[in-house]
Amino acid sequence: MTITAELVFIVPEITLLVLACIILIADTLHIEKHATLTYWLAQIALIVIIFLVLIDFPDESKRLFFGNFVSDSMSGVLKVSICAITICVFFYSYDYLKEHELIKGEYFVLGLFAVLGMMVMVSANSLLTVYLGLELMSLSLYSMVAMHRESQTASEAAMKYFVLGALASGILLYGISILYGVSGTLELPALSAYIEAQSGNNILLVFGLVFVIVGIAFKLGLVPFHMWLPDVYEGSPTSVTLFVSTAPKLAAFAMAIRLLVDGMGPMAGDWQGMLIILSVLSMAAGNIIAISQTNIKRMLAYSTIAHMGFFMLGIASATQLGYAGSMFYVMIYALMIMGAFGMVILLGRKGYEADNLDDFKGLSDRSPWFAFIMLILMFSMAGVPPFIGFWAKWFVLKEIIANGYIWLATVAVILSVIGAYYYLRIVKLMYFDKPQQMTAIKASQEMRFILSLNGLSLLFLGFMPGALMTLCIRAIGY
Amino acid sequence: MLMLTDVLVLAAILFCISVAGIFINRKNVIILLMCIELMLLSVNMNFIAFSHFHGDIRGQVFVFFILTVAAAESAIGLAILVVLFRKRKTINVADLDTLKG
Repeated sequence: MTITAELVFIVPEITLLVLACIILIADTLHIEKHATLTYWLAQIALIVIIFLVLIDFPDESKRLFFGNFVSDSMSGVLKVSICAITICVFFYSYDYLKEHELIKGEYFVLGLFAVLGMMVMVSANSLLTVYLGLELMSLSLYSMVAMHRESQTASEAAMKYFVLGALASGILLYGISILYGVSGTLELPALSAYIEAQSGNNILLVFGLVFVIVGIAFKLGLVPFHMWLPDVYEGSPTSVTLFVSTAPKLAAFAMAIRLLVDGMGPMAGDWQGMLIILSVLSMAAGNIIAISQTNIKRMLAYSTIAHMGFFMLGIASATQLGYAGSMFYVMIYALMIMGAFGMVILLGRKGYEADNLDDFKGLSDRSPWFAFIMLILMFSMAGVPPFIGFWAKWFVLKEIIANGYIWLATVAVILSVIGAYYYLRIVKLMYFDKPQQMTAIKASQEMRFILSLNGLSLLFLGFMPGALMTLCIRAIGY
Repeated sequence: MLMLTDVLVLAAILFCISVAGIFINRKNVIILLMCIELMLLSVNMNFIAFSHFHGDIRGQVFVFFILTVAAAESAIGLAILVVLFRKRKTINVADLDTLKG
């Protein structure tokens, strides 16, 4: 195929880049108080991208642009979900930013560039594209965290995120340079073929692999590389926390799959053990530290660490079904955490962040409907059976048991039960405690609608998890 | 004659210095930014050495990309630093303790 013929496959990325640049210019030329135009243009751009991906949905795996880019079903599914999640995130953020007088067009433009970075990461087929996509995403996220310039915590969180994020990229890059040096190639399938052809254990490859895994662990926030995560979640404006905690996780999942499975699949025996150690540490530290938190954003940050540990187990099983289970888990996780932070935004109002656990006291008296939605979200996160969070854990656990790691499954279940305590505590606060304030919840109709939809979709998916799981299995199996 | 291992050892030493700088430094955020820069440059040395001894040009292309990204990265890092300084009137790392990490 010639280069021009290959361009067809990156039409969504090119369109997003062009639209993001146009929106940036429109934003600077068209000055208005609430950045309404930028907001709607960004939403339309994302919808257009979803359509473009769906029209030419990749059903077979194609490697393009000298092996730098891959177009397969996994990338298609993940791109659509990333864009769909970002649309919801923008909906929530718009309300929040308007209420807290933080609204600037840059928020949406930076968000679009971050989405572009994620799309490149999802479709990366060489070490170079993984790195470039990752950096485009991270650089946009650093600036989004720093956007609230009047806040002490936001600038401190941005600095911490920046330094540790750059350190992670540096370490990842060092690993990449070693892998390149040993194999003499940058393409992931060629790297995989080189490792396959090696007889015995090549110590230099393992050396590079360790650096790459440390880089991935930093980006996902796995213990002991999680220091940045609680600070960033707590310090940044809730709308940014919402964005950082949802779509980038899907991209990080894709990065892990691309690097570890596509690039270093034959070394599965080496990385399995490392991932298992990281997972167990994350689940233990995340779930136990979360119990002592009084700030809900910080609590959700530790719960994120625990969830990331759990989802890593699926990748650690090193089977197709395990990867599909992980993909299912990370998609459901993004939906759940989006709803939870959406709820924090809903309860907040001008000049007031509802980020303490006490703010949830007696929510059922103030608004029975949203207390119910929060109940669904919390039960789902805890993994109570009929809800979707249970199925996400189920698919991962089933796969690690099938691979003979019964002790690991036992540890994971015990730690999840410990974790259920702090989710159920919120339910208790909502239904059995007296409210500290009786102010009515004021939020726009759209916000209420999307949040209800978000919660109900989790309930609905809980009754039929099979469809989404089939989709994930097909996406992984190419 | 310069051997591949010589260059790699030098790059590894530079890399270690930069990581140590990030963790040991408690005084100044600007030094953190310099350490990050040094880290990326040590990786660049790795790439160039491998590229030269493999006779493969792609490693050097990678270096160009890293240099570009490093420029963007330090621009954003310095911008965040300015925001931080305006708000806090200090760039002492030890003072960044409002959030307990």
